[in-house]
Amino acid sequence: MKVARHWREIPHRYRMEAVRCLKCQALFFPRRLICPECGNREFKTERLSGRGTLLTFTVTEVAPQGFEDQIPYAVGIVEMDEGVRVMGQITDCDPAHLKIGDRMATQFRRIREEGKTGIIMYAYKFVPDLGL
Amino acid sequence: MKDIAVVGIGLIKWGELWEKSFRDMCVEAALACLEDAGTDRVDAVTIGTMTTGIFVGQEHLDSIIPDYLGRRLTPAIRVESACSSGGMAVRGAFVEVASGLSDFVLAIGVEKMTDISGAEATYALATAADQENEAFHGVTFPGLYAMMARAHMHRYGTSRDQLAQVAVKNHHNGSLNTYAQFPFEVTLDAVKRSTMVADPLRLLDCSPITDGAAAVLLAPVEEARKLGKKPLVKITGVGNATDTIALAHRHDLLRLEAVEMATQRALGMAGKKIEDIDFAEVHDCFTIAEIMVLEAMGVVEPGRGGPATAEGMTALDGSFPVNPSGGLKSKGHPVGATGVAQICEAVTQLRGEAEKRQIPGARSALTQNMGGSGASCVVHILEVES
Repeated sequence: MKVARHWREIPHRYRMEAVRCLKCQALFFPRRLICPECGNREFKTERLSGRGTLLTFTVTEVAPQGFEDQIPYAVGIVEMDEGVRVMGQITDCDPAHLKIGDRMATQFRRIREEGKTGIIMYAYKFVPDLGL
Repeated sequence: MKDIAVVGIGLIKWGELWEKSFRDMCVEAALACLEDAGTDRVDAVTIGTMTTGIFVGQEHLDSIIPDYLGRRLTPAIRVESACSSGGMAVRGAFVEVASGLSDFVLAIGVEKMTDISGAEATYALATAADQENEAFHGVTFPGLYAMMARAHMHRYGTSRDQLAQVAVKNHHNGSLNTYAQFPFEVTLDAVKRSTMVADPLRLLDCSPITDGAAAVLLAPVEEARKLGKKPLVKITGVGNATDTIALAHRHDLLRLEAVEMATQRALGMAGKKIEDIDFAEVHDCFTIAEIMVLEAMGVVEPGRGGPATAEGMTALDGSFPVNPSGGLKSKGHPVGATGVAQICEAVTQLRGEAEKRQIPGARSALTQNMGGSGASCVVHILEVES
């Protein structure tokens, strides 16, 4: 992956930046140029709190290229407290104890490395929200 | 717009076809199709394939296929819509014939998936997901459908056994199909004990990695009548719709809105209701997919797909048979070929040529082919002339 391809996604991957439509107030993560709800093209940037509720999840046992050394790993969809839905890995827990409705919080984590000389990609992952 | 008939269908036996290249497979399916049609006339070609670029490093199939068919200089176009590439190639051929631009258009679907490793194939298929918001996090297609399955089980009480019943039913049908990759029965227990792929989906909940091709020849009805050797099967409805590529961005994780809309559009064009359809070939890439597609097409109410399957509604002798061919599950899923092969099965059934898996008296069929986690869908309605 070229540096620029990862670099241009940093606002949402590192800072959880979403955009709110100035016309209909709908929130999107990551950013878009056109509001799919009302067609408006003006937005303001908002940072997500990082907290939300687990809507569904899976535990991946057969990984794609680049993730083979991480199995088994959990991936889920979380409805953030602001209302947008975000997909991400769920870490720092025993997946056997996960259940729909669990409270989740984002943490800044390494996603994967591209070999010995490629870039190291970071972004949010979810962990069970212990209220800390 | 002209009325369109399917004048020829061509399939090859699917599987791990190490001795055949994608070119060989396309040529064999096309030759079978022209043999079936009883004509050699091809005015244009559409080719549906998801990603020959990743699977074998080859793009630009619209050049290769006519050349290897011995038809250099024929107009051709390649169509890509992930796992619905095949169905979209048929739709492309339909539009071309209906518009009057060409009369005899050959739609070929192909995928050569076993020239790379399993991890590479998983990566290749995951390119149909959102690269920046899904694949980036390591999610796979089994993973996306597993998340739908878990949410479906949680909201509607769909059971592990009901998921497995889809595989058991489709493998039974596929055991009667000589073209199928895995033409054998599986037991409920075998499905439930198979290797975990993405919890709760196991290996036998998933369609396989397959090499395969399929072809259909479309022509205006008046031209088809001149060939006149088989019962005439017409495509009377075509519907297509798209949705967000990312599963998380849907309004409801458990509604396949592209499938709902494509089905309504196709039925509307044919002037039919879902109750008027005798059977369907649907996109059972995973067991949960068939259940959710039944609900999206309006065959059953939301949440009723699992119980309806367990009660035998979708079996060969049920009130609404689904996937008489064996579906993607047993017949195999060479992604670009799947949508074309669905048309082949519909025509075979409507002609009354499906032998042991024949649905008695079938007059109308629906084929439903979708890409990604339901981000694109194409539906065709086929009817046989009385």
